Amino acid sequence: MTSQFPDRIERTVTLSRPPRDVWRALTTAEGLSAWFGERATIDLRPGGTATMTFAGGMTVDMRVERVEEPAVFAYTWRLPDLPEDDPRRTYVEFTLEPDGNGTLLRVVETGFAQLPVETRDESYDSHGEGWTRELAELAAHVDGA
Amino acid sequence: MAPDLEAIAEQVFVALADPTRRAILAALATDGPATATDLAARLPITRQAIAKHLALLADAGLITPEPGERRRVRYRLRSAPVQLAQQFLAALANDWDNRLDALQTYLATP
Repeated sequence: MTSQFPDRIERTVTLSRPPRDVWRALTTAEGLSAWFGERATIDLRPGGTATMTFAGGMTVDMRVERVEEPAVFAYTWRLPDLPEDDPRRTYVEFTLEPDGNGTLLRVVETGFAQLPVETRDESYDSHGEGWTRELAELAAHVDGA
Repeated sequence: MAPDLEAIAEQVFVALADPTRRAILAALATDGPATATDLAARLPITRQAIAKHLALLADAGLITPEPGERRRVRYRLRSAPVQLAQQFLAALANDWDNRLDALQTYLATP
């Protein structure tokens, strides 16, 4: 049985520039603020913090997770639609592959189907154990083990 | 476990589809935990109808019964299932298509 609850978003796009140009667009404040947000800051190292400010002034905190120039860049962030005190994060990973003179860019965002911590009580214990295991795997992955 | 997430989200959306239940949740959010009698006094609904809606909301995990004064059960709002449903919507609304269009345009600019 497949669930309709989306946990993973995946897109692949072909870009006309080589990976080193795409890398700059993804990993520098100047690049990110040109296409992603209105303003961006980034400390480009695993564990470094980054922020993205969107039109309207909303700022989202991000944490840099993987920096493997010019092939893999990943971060975790709080979804803009979730409450500010919500501890959950989704994981976003960009993979850059040379494609002729351009780049094949893949973006995968995972973690939408995380359970809120508070629901792991008696009301929902039917799936608690399996979910705890999955969360641990996600955490290990995200922590760059 | 994923189908359980789906089930929780579905229960939340069903619960929120009814204006009376939204009014009950709004009352609990505004004024804190309340008994069925409190809610019947505050909302234009009969005590019997309130009880039916409270049962559905409790099944969905949106409210939780707790002992109140004079051995009356009172109900407290639980936001966790709502946050889960929000996350469902966030996944749908998360806009990588537009973002990647913007990236393509940016990189195509000489």
